[in-house]
Amino acid sequence: MIETKGHNELRKEAVNGQSVIEIEHLYKSFGDNHVLIDFDMKVSKGENVAVLGRSGSGKSVLIKCIIGLLQPEKGTIKVLGQNVPGLSHDELDKMRVKVGFLFQSNALYDSMTVRENLEFPLRRHWIEKPKAEVNDMVMEALTNVGLEHTVDMMPSELSGGMRKRIGLARTLILKPEIILYDEPTTGLDPITGRDISQLINDVQKKYNASSIIISHDMNCIKITANRIIALVEGKRRADGSYDELKDTIDPLVKPFFE
Amino acid sequence: MKSIQSIGLRDFLLEVGEISRFTGRFFKELFRPRLEFREFLRQAFIIGYKSVPLTGITAFIMGLVLTIQSRPTLEEFGAASWLPSMVAVSLVREIGPVITALICAGKIGSSIGAELGSMKVTEQIDAMEVSGTNPFKYLVVTRVLATTFMVPVLIIMCDAIGIFGSYLGVNMKGVTSLHLFYSQVFDKLAYGDILPATVKSFFFGFAIGIIGCYKGYNSNKGTEGVGESANSAVVVSSLVVFILDLLAVQVADLMGLT
Repeated sequence: MIETKGHNELRKEAVNGQSVIEIEHLYKSFGDNHVLIDFDMKVSKGENVAVLGRSGSGKSVLIKCIIGLLQPEKGTIKVLGQNVPGLSHDELDKMRVKVGFLFQSNALYDSMTVRENLEFPLRRHWIEKPKAEVNDMVMEALTNVGLEHTVDMMPSELSGGMRKRIGLARTLILKPEIILYDEPTTGLDPITGRDISQLINDVQKKYNASSIIISHDMNCIKITANRIIALVEGKRRADGSYDELKDTIDPLVKPFFE
Repeated sequence: MKSIQSIGLRDFLLEVGEISRFTGRFFKELFRPRLEFREFLRQAFIIGYKSVPLTGITAFIMGLVLTIQSRPTLEEFGAASWLPSMVAVSLVREIGPVITALICAGKIGSSIGAELGSMKVTEQIDAMEVSGTNPFKYLVVTRVLATTFMVPVLIIMCDAIGIFGSYLGVNMKGVTSLHLFYSQVFDKLAYGDILPATVKSFFFGFAIGIIGCYKGYNSNKGTEGVGESANSAVVVSSLVVFILDLLAVQVADLMGLT
Protein backbone atom coordinates (compact mmCIF):
# COMPACT_ATOMS: atom_id res chain seq x y z
CA MET A 1 0.00 0.00 0.00
CA ILE A 2 2.79 2.38 0.88
CA GLU A 3 4.77 3.64 -2.04
CA THR A 4 8.29 4.85 -1.49
CA LYS A 5 9.31 7.92 -3.42
CA GLY A 6 11.64 7.93 -6.37
CA HIS A 7 14.48 9.28 -4.25
CA ASN A 8 16.83 10.38 -7.00
CA GLU A 9 14.06 12.07 -8.91
CA LEU A 10 12.89 14.02 -5.88
CA ARG A 11 16.42 14.90 -4.90
CA LYS A 12 17.11 16.40 -8.30
CA GLU A 13 13.94 18.51 -8.01
CA ALA A 14 14.97 19.71 -4.56
CA VAL A 15 18.59 20.41 -5.35
CA ASN A 16 17.51 22.66 -8.17
CA GLY A 17 15.48 24.74 -5.72
CA GLN A 18 16.68 27.43 -3.32
CA SER A 19 17.99 26.58 0.15
CA VAL A 20 15.54 27.17 2.97
CA ILE A 21 17.93 26.03 5.70
CA GLU A 22 21.69 26.56 5.61
CA ILE A 23 23.84 25.50 8.54
CA GLU A 24 27.56 26.22 8.60
CA HIS A 25 30.26 25.36 11.15
CA LEU A 26 27.79 24.65 13.92
CA TYR A 27 29.18 23.87 17.38
CA LYS A 28 27.06 22.94 20.37
CA SER A 29 28.17 21.37 23.62
CA PHE A 30 26.81 20.76 27.11
CA GLY A 31 29.73 21.12 29.49
CA ASP A 32 32.41 18.71 28.30
CA ASN A 33 29.98 16.84 26.07
CA HIS A 34 30.56 18.14 22.53
CA VAL A 35 27.34 17.29 20.71
CA LEU A 36 27.76 19.08 17.37
CA ILE A 37 31.22 19.72 15.97
CA ASP A 38 31.63 21.88 12.86
CA PHE A 39 28.35 20.59 11.46
CA ASP A 40 27.13 21.74 8.04
CA MET A 41 23.95 21.00 6.13
CA LYS A 42 21.56 22.51 3.60
CA VAL A 43 17.92 21.84 2.92
CA SER A 44 16.37 22.92 -0.35
CA LYS A 45 12.78 23.99 -0.90
CA GLY A 46 10.47 21.00 -1.08
CA GLU A 47 13.12 18.59 0.15
CA ASN A 48 12.64 15.99 2.90
CA VAL A 49 15.97 15.44 4.65
CA ALA A 50 16.33 12.73 7.26
CA VAL A 51 19.01 13.06 9.91
CA LEU A 52 20.06 9.64 11.06
CA GLY A 53 22.09 8.91 14.14
CA ARG A 54 22.34 6.93 17.34
CA SER A 55 20.57 8.01 20.52
CA GLY A 56 22.41 10.92 22.07
CA SER A 57 24.21 11.80 18.85
CA GLY A 58 22.76 15.33 18.82
CA LYS A 59 19.92 14.97 16.31
CA SER A 60 17.30 16.58 18.51
CA VAL A 61 19.80 19.24 19.62
CA LEU A 62 20.30 20.11 15.96
CA ILE A 63 16.63 20.83 15.26
CA LYS A 64 16.22 22.63 18.59
CA CYS A 65 19.05 24.93 17.47
CA ILE A 66 17.26 25.44 14.14
CA ILE A 67 14.02 26.52 15.84
CA GLY A 68 15.91 28.67 18.37
CA LEU A 69 15.13 26.62 21.48
CA LEU A 70 18.87 26.13 22.02
CA GLN A 71 21.68 28.56 21.33
CA PRO A 72 24.76 27.18 19.58
CA GLU A 73 28.25 28.20 20.70
CA LYS A 74 29.44 28.92 17.18
CA GLY A 75 28.21 28.79 13.62
CA THR A 76 25.38 30.12 11.50
CA ILE A 77 21.89 28.71 11.05
CA LYS A 78 20.07 30.47 8.27
CA VAL A 79 16.37 29.68 8.12
CA LEU A 80 14.52 31.31 5.22
CA GLY A 81 17.43 33.73 4.94
CA GLN A 82 17.55 34.77 8.61
CA ASN A 83 20.40 33.82 10.96
CA VAL A 84 18.52 32.24 13.90
CA PRO A 85 21.14 32.74 16.68
CA GLY A 86 21.16 36.47 15.96
CA LEU A 87 17.38 36.99 16.02
CA SER A 88 15.60 38.96 18.73
CA HIS A 89 12.72 37.35 20.61
CA ASP A 90 10.11 39.04 18.39
CA GLU A 91 11.96 38.16 15.19
CA LEU A 92 12.22 34.58 16.39
CA ASP A 93 8.46 34.47 16.98
CA LYS A 94 7.83 35.71 13.44
CA MET A 95 10.23 33.13 12.01
CA ARG A 96 8.51 30.36 14.00
CA VAL A 97 5.20 31.04 12.26
CA LYS A 98 6.85 29.64 9.12
CA VAL A 99 8.54 26.70 10.82
CA GLY A 100 6.52 23.87 12.35
CA PHE A 101 7.92 21.49 14.95
CA LEU A 102 6.55 18.06 15.74
CA PHE A 103 7.86 17.04 19.15
CA GLN A 104 8.95 13.53 19.99
CA SER A 105 6.43 13.38 22.84
CA ASN A 106 3.78 15.25 20.78
CA ALA A 107 3.73 17.93 23.52
CA LEU A 108 -0.06 18.29 23.41
CA TYR A 109 -1.35 20.49 26.23
CA ASP A 110 -3.05 18.09 28.62
CA SER A 111 -5.40 20.69 30.07
CA MET A 112 -6.81 21.70 26.67
CA THR A 113 -9.13 19.96 24.21
CA VAL A 114 -7.90 19.05 20.74
CA ARG A 115 -9.59 22.19 19.38
CA GLU A 116 -7.87 24.41 21.97
CA ASN A 117 -4.55 22.72 21.25
CA LEU A 118 -4.90 23.56 17.57
CA GLU A 119 -6.13 27.10 18.19
CA PHE A 120 -3.25 27.81 20.59
CA PRO A 121 -0.56 28.62 17.95
CA LEU A 122 -3.05 30.85 16.08
CA ARG A 123 -3.97 32.79 19.21
CA ARG A 124 -0.40 33.00 20.46
CA HIS A 125 1.01 34.26 17.21
CA TRP A 126 -1.78 36.87 17.37
CA ILE A 127 -3.22 35.93 14.01
CA GLU A 128 -6.52 37.77 14.00
CA LYS A 129 -9.17 35.68 12.28
CA PRO A 130 -12.94 35.52 12.62
CA LYS A 131 -14.15 32.63 14.78
CA ALA A 132 -15.71 30.81 11.82
CA GLU A 133 -12.45 30.99 9.88
CA VAL A 134 -10.47 29.69 12.86
CA ASN A 135 -12.94 26.79 13.11
CA ASP A 136 -12.46 26.06 9.39
CA MET A 137 -8.68 26.07 9.84
CA VAL A 138 -8.93 23.69 12.80
CA MET A 139 -11.19 21.33 10.88
CA GLU A 140 -9.00 21.47 7.79
CA ALA A 141 -5.89 20.58 9.83
CA LEU A 142 -7.77 17.72 11.49
CA THR A 143 -9.12 16.49 8.16
CA ASN A 144 -5.57 16.41 6.82
CA VAL A 145 -4.64 13.93 9.53
CA GLY A 146 -7.99 12.08 9.36
CA LEU A 147 -9.12 12.89 12.89
CA GLU A 148 -11.89 15.46 12.54
CA HIS A 149 -14.09 13.49 14.98
CA THR A 150 -11.65 14.11 17.87
CA VAL A 151 -12.08 17.91 17.86
CA ASP A 152 -13.70 18.09 21.30
CA MET A 153 -11.76 15.27 22.93
CA MET A 154 -9.00 15.65 25.53
CA PRO A 155 -5.48 14.41 24.67
CA SER A 156 -5.74 11.79 27.42
CA GLU A 157 -8.61 10.13 25.49
CA LEU A 158 -6.44 9.58 22.41
CA SER A 159 -4.12 6.72 21.48
CA GLY A 160 -0.39 7.27 20.88
CA GLY A 161 -0.84 7.32 17.09
CA MET A 162 -3.78 9.73 17.32
CA ARG A 163 -1.80 12.04 19.60
CA LYS A 164 1.02 12.05 17.07
CA ARG A 165 -1.44 12.96 14.31
CA ILE A 166 -2.97 15.74 16.40
CA GLY A 167 0.55 17.02 17.09
CA LEU A 168 1.10 17.09 13.34
CA ALA A 169 -2.24 18.86 12.79
CA ARG A 170 -1.19 21.53 15.30
CA THR A 171 2.06 21.93 13.40
CA LEU A 172 0.19 22.25 10.10
CA ILE A 173 -2.39 24.80 11.20
CA LEU A 174 -0.05 27.72 10.49
CA LYS A 175 0.77 26.22 7.06
CA PRO A 176 4.53 26.26 7.68
CA GLU A 177 7.12 26.36 4.93
CA ILE A 178 9.45 24.12 6.92
CA ILE A 179 8.52 21.27 9.24
CA LEU A 180 10.92 19.73 11.75
CA TYR A 181 9.99 16.22 12.88
CA ASP A 182 11.63 14.90 16.05
CA GLU A 183 11.42 11.10 16.02
CA PRO A 184 7.93 11.02 14.46
CA THR A 185 7.47 7.25 14.71
CA THR A 186 9.11 6.56 18.08
CA GLY A 187 6.87 4.59 20.43
CA LEU A 188 4.42 3.59 17.71
CA ASP A 189 3.68 0.12 16.38
CA PRO A 190 5.05 -0.59 12.86
CA ILE A 191 1.67 -0.14 11.13
CA THR A 192 0.90 3.19 12.82
CA GLY A 193 4.50 4.24 12.24
CA ARG A 194 4.08 3.54 8.54
CA ASP A 195 0.83 5.52 8.47
CA ILE A 196 2.57 8.50 10.09
CA SER A 197 5.43 8.23 7.57
CA GLN A 198 2.91 8.22 4.74
CA LEU A 199 1.22 11.23 6.31
CA ILE A 200 4.54 13.10 6.32
CA ASN A 201 4.79 12.43 2.59
CA ASP A 202 1.21 13.58 1.98
CA VAL A 203 1.87 16.78 3.91
CA GLN A 204 5.01 17.46 1.94
CA LYS A 205 3.11 17.04 -1.32
CA LYS A 206 0.12 19.14 -0.24
CA TYR A 207 2.02 22.07 1.30
CA ASN A 208 5.25 21.78 -0.69
CA ALA A 209 6.95 22.13 2.68
CA SER A 210 10.59 21.29 3.32
CA SER A 211 11.28 18.95 6.18
CA ILE A 212 13.98 17.67 8.45
CA ILE A 213 13.09 14.30 9.91
CA ILE A 214 15.07 13.15 12.91
CA SER A 215 14.84 9.42 13.23
CA HIS A 216 16.59 6.11 13.57
CA ASP A 217 13.58 4.25 12.18
CA MET A 218 14.82 3.09 8.77
CA ASN A 219 11.30 2.29 7.55
CA CYS A 220 10.22 5.87 8.22
CA ILE A 221 13.34 7.26 6.59
CA LYS A 222 12.96 5.00 3.56
CA ILE A 223 9.37 6.18 3.02
CA THR A 224 9.83 9.88 3.70
CA ALA A 225 13.35 11.06 2.98
CA ASN A 226 14.75 12.01 -0.36
CA ARG A 227 18.12 12.66 1.26
CA ILE A 228 19.75 11.20 4.34
CA ILE A 229 22.45 12.75 6.51
CA ALA A 230 24.21 10.42 8.94
CA LEU A 231 25.22 12.28 12.10
CA VAL A 232 28.07 10.46 13.82
CA GLU A 233 30.07 11.85 16.74
CA GLY A 234 28.70 15.33 16.14
CA LYS A 235 29.76 15.46 12.50
CA ARG A 236 28.11 14.88 9.16
CA ARG A 237 29.47 11.46 8.31
CA ALA A 238 27.46 10.66 5.18
CA ASP A 239 25.05 12.49 2.89
CA GLY A 240 23.05 10.93 0.09
CA SER A 241 19.85 9.23 -0.95
CA TYR A 242 18.74 5.94 0.57
CA ASP A 243 19.82 4.07 -2.55
CA GLU A 244 23.24 5.70 -2.44
CA LEU A 245 23.86 5.00 1.25
CA LYS A 246 22.35 1.55 1.68
CA ASP A 247 25.46 -0.15 0.26
CA THR A 248 27.96 2.11 2.04
CA ILE A 249 31.15 0.53 3.31
CA ASP A 250 31.64 3.14 6.06
CA PRO A 251 31.68 1.03 9.25
CA LEU A 252 30.03 3.84 11.27
CA VAL A 253 27.13 4.30 8.83
CA LYS A 254 26.64 0.75 7.56
CA PRO A 255 24.99 -0.58 10.78
CA PHE A 256 21.99 1.75 10.27
CA PHE A 257 21.18 0.08 6.97
CA GLU A 258 21.62 -3.49 8.11
CA MET B 1 31.60 14.43 58.04
CA LYS B 2 32.89 17.92 57.52
CA SER B 3 32.97 17.49 53.75
CA ILE B 4 29.38 16.16 53.70
CA GLN B 5 28.26 19.20 55.68
CA SER B 6 30.15 21.56 53.39
CA ILE B 7 28.58 19.92 50.29
CA GLY B 8 25.14 20.31 51.89
CA LEU B 9 25.78 23.96 52.66
CA ARG B 10 27.10 24.58 49.14
CA ASP B 11 24.01 22.97 47.57
CA PHE B 12 21.77 24.95 49.90
CA LEU B 13 23.45 28.24 48.97
CA LEU B 14 23.30 27.37 45.27
CA GLU B 15 19.59 26.58 45.59
CA VAL B 16 18.96 29.88 47.39
CA GLY B 17 20.89 31.68 44.62
CA GLU B 18 18.87 29.95 41.90
CA ILE B 19 15.54 30.72 43.59
CA SER B 20 16.62 34.37 43.96
CA ARG B 21 17.49 34.52 40.27
CA PHE B 22 14.17 32.90 39.40
CA THR B 23 12.39 35.49 41.56
CA GLY B 24 14.32 38.28 39.84
CA ARG B 25 13.22 36.93 36.46
CA PHE B 26 9.62 36.87 37.72
CA PHE B 27 9.71 40.61 38.49
CA LYS B 28 11.42 41.33 35.16
CA GLU B 29 8.76 39.42 33.20
CA LEU B 30 5.93 40.82 35.35
CA PHE B 31 6.39 44.33 34.00
CA ARG B 32 6.88 43.32 30.37
CA PRO B 33 3.89 43.91 28.11
CA ARG B 34 1.35 41.28 27.08
CA LEU B 35 -0.29 40.54 30.41
CA GLU B 36 -1.70 37.02 30.28
CA PHE B 37 -4.88 38.17 32.03
CA ARG B 38 -7.09 35.30 30.86
CA GLU B 39 -4.63 32.69 32.11
CA PHE B 40 -4.25 34.62 35.38
CA LEU B 41 -8.02 34.48 35.91
CA ARG B 42 -8.07 30.76 35.10
CA GLN B 43 -5.31 30.11 37.62
CA ALA B 44 -6.98 32.33 40.22
CA PHE B 45 -10.13 30.21 39.81
CA ILE B 46 -8.22 26.92 40.09
CA ILE B 47 -6.05 28.06 43.01
CA GLY B 48 -8.68 30.05 44.86
CA TYR B 49 -12.12 28.59 44.25
CA LYS B 50 -11.04 24.96 44.09
CA SER B 51 -9.19 25.25 47.42
CA VAL B 52 -12.27 26.59 49.25
CA PRO B 53 -13.69 23.21 50.42
CA LEU B 54 -10.42 21.88 51.87
CA THR B 55 -9.32 25.10 53.57
CA GLY B 56 -12.87 25.94 54.69
CA ILE B 57 -13.49 22.58 56.38
CA THR B 58 -10.07 22.69 58.05
CA ALA B 59 -10.70 26.23 59.33
CA PHE B 60 -14.10 25.26 60.72
CA ILE B 61 -12.65 22.28 62.59
CA MET B 62 -9.72 24.42 63.76
CA GLY B 63 -12.03 27.06 65.29
CA LEU B 64 -14.26 24.43 66.88
CA VAL B 65 -11.43 22.35 68.35
CA LEU B 66 -9.47 25.37 69.57
CA THR B 67 -12.55 26.57 71.47
CA ILE B 68 -13.31 23.17 72.98
CA GLN B 69 -9.66 22.65 74.03
CA SER B 70 -9.23 26.15 75.47
CA ARG B 71 -12.44 26.22 77.51
CA PRO B 72 -11.27 24.06 80.52
CA THR B 73 -8.12 26.13 81.07
CA LEU B 74 -9.96 29.43 80.82
CA GLU B 75 -12.71 28.14 83.14
CA GLU B 76 -10.02 27.18 85.66
CA PHE B 77 -8.95 30.83 85.78
CA GLY B 78 -12.53 32.11 85.68
CA ALA B 79 -12.00 33.62 82.29
CA ALA B 80 -14.46 31.59 80.19
CA SER B 81 -16.03 34.83 78.94
CA TRP B 82 -12.74 35.60 77.20
CA LEU B 83 -13.11 32.51 75.01
CA PRO B 84 -14.52 34.23 71.86
CA SER B 85 -11.93 37.01 71.83
CA MET B 86 -9.03 34.69 72.65
CA VAL B 87 -9.89 32.22 69.91
CA ALA B 88 -10.52 35.04 67.40
CA VAL B 89 -7.19 36.73 68.13
CA SER B 90 -5.34 33.40 67.92
CA LEU B 91 -7.03 32.55 64.63
CA VAL B 92 -6.58 35.92 62.97
CA ARG B 93 -3.02 36.60 64.13
CA GLU B 94 -1.38 33.22 63.80
CA ILE B 95 -3.27 29.98 63.44
CA GLY B 96 -5.49 30.96 60.50
CA PRO B 97 -2.72 32.34 58.27
CA VAL B 98 -0.13 29.67 59.07
CA ILE B 99 -2.40 26.61 58.89
CA THR B 100 -4.12 27.85 55.71
CA ALA B 101 -0.74 28.64 54.15
CA LEU B 102 0.51 25.16 55.02
CA ILE B 103 -2.57 23.56 53.47
CA CYS B 104 -2.05 25.70 50.37
CA ALA B 105 1.64 24.72 50.29
CA GLY B 106 0.52 21.09 50.25
CA LYS B 107 -2.33 21.41 47.80
CA ILE B 108 -1.31 24.26 45.50
CA GLY B 109 2.48 24.01 45.77
CA SER B 110 2.52 20.31 44.92
CA SER B 111 0.02 20.75 42.11
CA ILE B 112 2.02 23.58 40.50
CA GLY B 113 5.30 21.67 40.94
CA ALA B 114 3.87 18.50 39.39
CA GLU B 115 2.04 20.28 36.57
CA LEU B 116 5.01 22.35 35.43
CA GLY B 117 7.38 19.42 35.96
CA SER B 118 5.23 17.21 33.78
CA MET B 119 4.97 19.95 31.14
CA LYS B 120 8.76 20.25 31.12
CA VAL B 121 9.28 16.50 30.77
CA THR B 122 6.75 16.15 27.95
CA GLU B 123 8.18 19.17 26.07
CA GLN B 124 4.96 21.19 26.45
CA ILE B 125 7.00 24.19 27.65
CA ASP B 126 9.17 24.01 24.50
CA ALA B 127 5.99 23.66 22.41
CA MET B 128 4.66 26.86 23.96
CA GLU B 129 7.82 28.72 23.07
CA VAL B 130 7.63 27.45 19.50
CA SER B 131 4.00 28.63 19.39
CA GLY B 132 5.06 32.23 20.03
CA THR B 133 4.43 32.21 23.77
CA ASN B 134 6.81 33.26 26.50
CA PRO B 135 6.33 30.19 28.73
CA PHE B 136 7.75 31.92 31.80
CA LYS B 137 5.20 34.69 31.55
CA TYR B 138 2.33 32.38 30.61
CA LEU B 139 3.00 29.68 33.20
CA VAL B 140 5.05 31.19 36.02
CA VAL B 141 3.97 34.84 36.26
CA THR B 142 0.26 33.97 36.12
CA ARG B 143 0.53 31.22 38.75
CA VAL B 144 2.65 33.28 41.15
CA LEU B 145 0.28 36.25 40.86
CA ALA B 146 -2.70 33.96 41.38
CA THR B 147 -1.25 32.44 44.57
CA THR B 148 -0.15 35.88 45.83
CA PHE B 149 -3.71 37.21 45.57
CA MET B 150 -5.71 34.07 46.28
CA VAL B 151 -3.91 32.78 49.40
CA PRO B 152 -4.76 35.98 51.38
CA VAL B 153 -8.39 35.68 50.23
CA LEU B 154 -8.45 32.06 51.41
CA ILE B 155 -6.88 33.09 54.72
CA ILE B 156 -9.48 35.81 55.34
CA MET B 157 -12.23 33.33 54.47
CA CYS B 158 -10.70 30.72 56.79
CA ASP B 159 -10.48 33.23 59.64
CA ALA B 160 -14.19 33.95 59.23
CA ILE B 161 -15.15 30.26 59.04
CA GLY B 162 -12.86 29.44 61.98
CA ILE B 163 -14.51 32.12 64.11
CA PHE B 164 -17.93 30.74 63.19
CA GLY B 165 -16.67 27.27 64.21
CA SER B 166 -15.64 28.81 67.49
CA TYR B 167 -19.16 30.22 67.96
CA LEU B 168 -20.57 26.69 67.64
CA GLY B 169 -17.88 25.43 70.06
CA VAL B 170 -18.84 28.09 72.62
CA ASN B 171 -22.48 27.05 72.32
CA MET B 172 -21.76 23.39 72.90
CA LYS B 173 -21.57 24.09 76.62
CA GLY B 174 -23.76 27.07 77.34
CA VAL B 175 -25.73 29.56 75.36
CA THR B 176 -24.17 32.65 73.79
CA SER B 177 -26.04 34.67 71.21
CA LEU B 178 -24.44 35.29 67.83
CA HIS B 179 -24.57 39.03 68.45
CA LEU B 180 -22.85 38.77 71.84
CA PHE B 181 -20.24 36.38 70.47
CA TYR B 182 -19.29 38.66 67.58
CA SER B 183 -19.37 41.73 69.84
CA GLN B 184 -16.78 40.07 72.06
CA VAL B 185 -14.73 39.01 69.00
CA PHE B 186 -14.59 42.46 67.40
CA ASP B 187 -14.16 44.19 70.72
CA LYS B 188 -10.76 42.60 71.18
CA LEU B 189 -9.60 42.41 67.56
CA ALA B 190 -7.38 45.41 66.86
CA TYR B 191 -5.76 46.97 63.81
CA GLY B 192 -2.44 45.50 65.00
CA ASP B 193 -3.94 41.99 64.87
CA ILE B 194 -5.35 42.22 61.36
CA LEU B 195 -2.77 44.25 59.42
CA PRO B 196 0.40 42.17 60.03
CA ALA B 197 -1.57 38.94 59.44
CA THR B 198 -2.93 40.24 56.14
CA VAL B 199 0.44 41.52 54.95
CA LYS B 200 2.23 38.28 55.77
CA SER B 201 -0.45 36.24 53.98
CA PHE B 202 0.54 37.94 50.68
CA PHE B 203 4.15 36.85 51.32
CA PHE B 204 2.98 33.31 52.09
CA GLY B 205 1.07 33.22 48.80
CA PHE B 206 4.00 34.58 46.85
CA ALA B 207 6.42 32.07 48.43
CA ILE B 208 4.12 29.11 47.70
CA GLY B 209 3.73 30.19 44.07
CA ILE B 210 7.34 31.01 43.35
CA ILE B 211 8.73 27.84 44.98
CA GLY B 212 6.14 25.58 43.29
CA CYS B 213 6.93 27.16 39.92
CA TYR B 214 10.70 27.07 40.49
CA LYS B 215 10.66 23.39 41.37
CA GLY B 216 8.38 22.46 38.46
CA TYR B 217 10.03 24.69 35.86
CA ASN B 218 13.48 23.30 36.68
CA SER B 219 12.36 19.71 36.89
CA ASN B 220 14.57 17.11 35.25
CA LYS B 221 15.26 13.38 35.42
CA GLY B 222 12.03 12.47 33.56
CA THR B 223 8.95 11.24 35.39
CA GLU B 224 10.96 10.65 38.57
CA GLY B 225 11.78 14.35 38.52
CA VAL B 226 8.07 15.26 38.41
CA GLY B 227 7.47 13.48 41.73
CA GLU B 228 10.56 15.07 43.20
CA SER B 229 9.43 18.53 42.08
CA ALA B 230 6.02 18.12 43.69
CA ASN B 231 7.52 16.77 46.87
CA SER B 232 10.24 19.38 47.28
CA ALA B 233 7.78 22.18 46.40
CA VAL B 234 5.72 21.19 49.44
CA VAL B 235 8.69 20.71 51.77
CA VAL B 236 10.49 23.94 50.84
CA SER B 237 7.40 26.15 50.69
CA SER B 238 6.18 24.84 54.09
CA LEU B 239 9.56 25.64 55.58
CA VAL B 240 9.58 29.09 53.98
CA VAL B 241 6.08 29.77 55.40
CA PHE B 242 7.45 29.20 58.92
CA ILE B 243 10.55 31.33 58.27
CA LEU B 244 8.40 34.16 56.86
CA ASP B 245 6.09 33.86 59.86
CA LEU B 246 9.05 34.24 62.21
CA LEU B 247 10.29 37.28 60.31
CA ALA B 248 6.78 38.80 60.21
CA VAL B 249 6.49 38.51 64.00
CA GLN B 250 9.84 40.24 64.45
CA VAL B 251 8.96 43.04 62.02
CA ALA B 252 5.53 43.54 63.60
CA ASP B 253 7.17 43.65 67.01
CA LEU B 254 9.70 46.26 65.86
CA MET B 255 6.87 48.33 64.44
CA GLY B 256 4.94 48.09 67.70
CA LEU B 257 2.10 46.11 66.17
CA THR B 258 2.20 43.16 68.58
